[in-house]
Amino acid sequence: MPTQELLSPKLQERIKELMASYPKPQSAILMALHLIQEELGWVPEPAQAQVAELFGMPPQDVTTLVSFYYMYHRKPVGRYVLKVCKSISCYLCGSQNVIDHLEKKLDIKMGETTADGQFSLVGSECLAACTGAPCLQVNDRFYENCSQERLDELLSRLRGGDSHFPPANVSWQPPKES
Amino acid sequence: MPHPQEKRILFGWRDIKDIGSLKVYREKGGYDAWLKLLKEKQPAEVIELTKASGLRGRGGAGFPTGMKWSFVPNNLGKPKYLCVNCDESEPGTCKDREIVEHIPHQLLEGIGIACYAVGIQKAFIYIRGEMYEGYLSLKKAIEEAYAAGLFGKKIGGSDFECDIVLHRGAGAYICGEESALLSSLEGERGFPRLKPPFPAVSGLYACPTVINNVETLATLPPIFRMGVEEYAKLGTDKSKGTRMVSLSGHVNNPSNFEIELGKVNFKQLIEDFGGGMRHGKKCKAIIPGGASAPWLTMEQHGEVTLDFEAIAAARSMAGSGAIVVMDEDTCAVGAALNLVEFFHEESCGKCSPCREGTQWLTQILHRIEHGQGKMEDLKLLDEICESMLGKTFCPLGDSATVPVSSSMRYFRDEYEHHIKEKCCKVGPGAKKTAGV
Repeated sequence: MPTQELLSPKLQERIKELMASYPKPQSAILMALHLIQEELGWVPEPAQAQVAELFGMPPQDVTTLVSFYYMYHRKPVGRYVLKVCKSISCYLCGSQNVIDHLEKKLDIKMGETTADGQFSLVGSECLAACTGAPCLQVNDRFYENCSQERLDELLSRLRGGDSHFPPANVSWQPPKES
Repeated sequence: MPHPQEKRILFGWRDIKDIGSLKVYREKGGYDAWLKLLKEKQPAEVIELTKASGLRGRGGAGFPTGMKWSFVPNNLGKPKYLCVNCDESEPGTCKDREIVEHIPHQLLEGIGIACYAVGIQKAFIYIRGEMYEGYLSLKKAIEEAYAAGLFGKKIGGSDFECDIVLHRGAGAYICGEESALLSSLEGERGFPRLKPPFPAVSGLYACPTVINNVETLATLPPIFRMGVEEYAKLGTDKSKGTRMVSLSGHVNNPSNFEIELGKVNFKQLIEDFGGGMRHGKKCKAIIPGGASAPWLTMEQHGEVTLDFEAIAAARSMAGSGAIVVMDEDTCAVGAALNLVEFFHEESCGKCSPCREGTQWLTQILHRIEHGQGKMEDLKLLDEICESMLGKTFCPLGDSATVPVSSSMRYFRDEYEHHIKEKCCKVGPGAKKTAGV
């Protein structure tokens, strides 16, 4: 069955370059999956199959990596992924309040994406920003000391577009009107 | 601004404007220590000097760095590798992130020194996927260093050559465990490997491999700049020099501090460095070395100094240098549950005692926390910890028992209160009935 070519020729070239920088090409697979996610917004199964072909790996061997390493999105996510740390320092400093506040303001639960595709809310283990607890990440950029005021400020900054937090390639599509 | 009581060696240049750029780092004399070693010392001498400095691994285990290097055999006829462990994920720890974001060239120079000492021509930096900003800062630094001839062939006019590959992880705590890091770097799931063989003999691609933590390597350039004898004068007899501590939790001024080993105790750290406890509360418990370290209490251990031996003597460990502080309103059961949930979430699933054990510990703590525990559960927790300790592939399983056993050691009354009264003994959870 022909799979739709999801990986652009340019991306394929970059992946091949990466493969050449390691003594064994398979070492480049995590970096390759990061590149795919940057381009597509997530790592859909056909892309996993295509990258498996590039690496000469069985597709299930790529799938097992995508499921093991939690940073890879296995379903579409919004323009801004808010990743809230739940580990001990943030827990002690009120990570539950951060979650409660964001769930309320965005009107979604953890693991969900807002209807307009702007925000996804996910939990995370320690993000290494413990001295700025409670913290979160917006598309892999840190935002620390998340009081309610600072969270509100963040949301309005993101809604207005903010160069400090580059939006991810949007993979989320609004549900079709029935 | 550095805290006045800090002893800054590793962070000596931390606050210099644009020190992350090669231009400023070179102007200050950065890379000179390494280039001087290349010209004037044989690799074996660099290993001996590193041993003499007393530097011990800052990742968690505290193993002497020079000794670790000397274990790498030279006669196997295989390439040798350095893996830089920048997978900082131990809850409470955020020092390596500050190093790679702010002084990336100091890390690269340290990598150069290590590679020269061991005769390594290829280094891999395994950086946590989540540290994207650190990745960008290192990427730029590596490009600058290559352009200036500091990596690649004929470095500094010598015959020494060395390459660096920057590699991103993708979200898995277990990859900070050195053998799991190797599996991950080979493009596999991050599963730990049985030792022996040790990585020094058979590591990355079954070749001799050194795995060093970021802070360890970034400490090397200032050690050689100031001289190993001078560095070895700092600290205590067995814990020499300085180290970073990440102070977080219920203190007024959470931050990374560089302290001289053995010269500061927990009380001073919290009061003098941390600006005291938030809201004038009392300190109840301290986790002295990341989530894997047994808890201590302020009451019993406030005078314990921050060095490997003193913390070990108090039945805990200095670990990653992450010091998490809990105030008197913190429910011990709730905090232990949070830590156990972490280990459960991050267990790689390879071996049963850890995969199943972390699940059971989580379930039991969860029911105690939510007012559905039974007195027998306390014995059950002990038994599960016992059946995990020392029976797992890697230290994650051992670590998962630590918050349970150590919180029960000091706060067993809170567990009993939770079971009998169905609510917390202290803090906001004490007033309401839990689980209803």
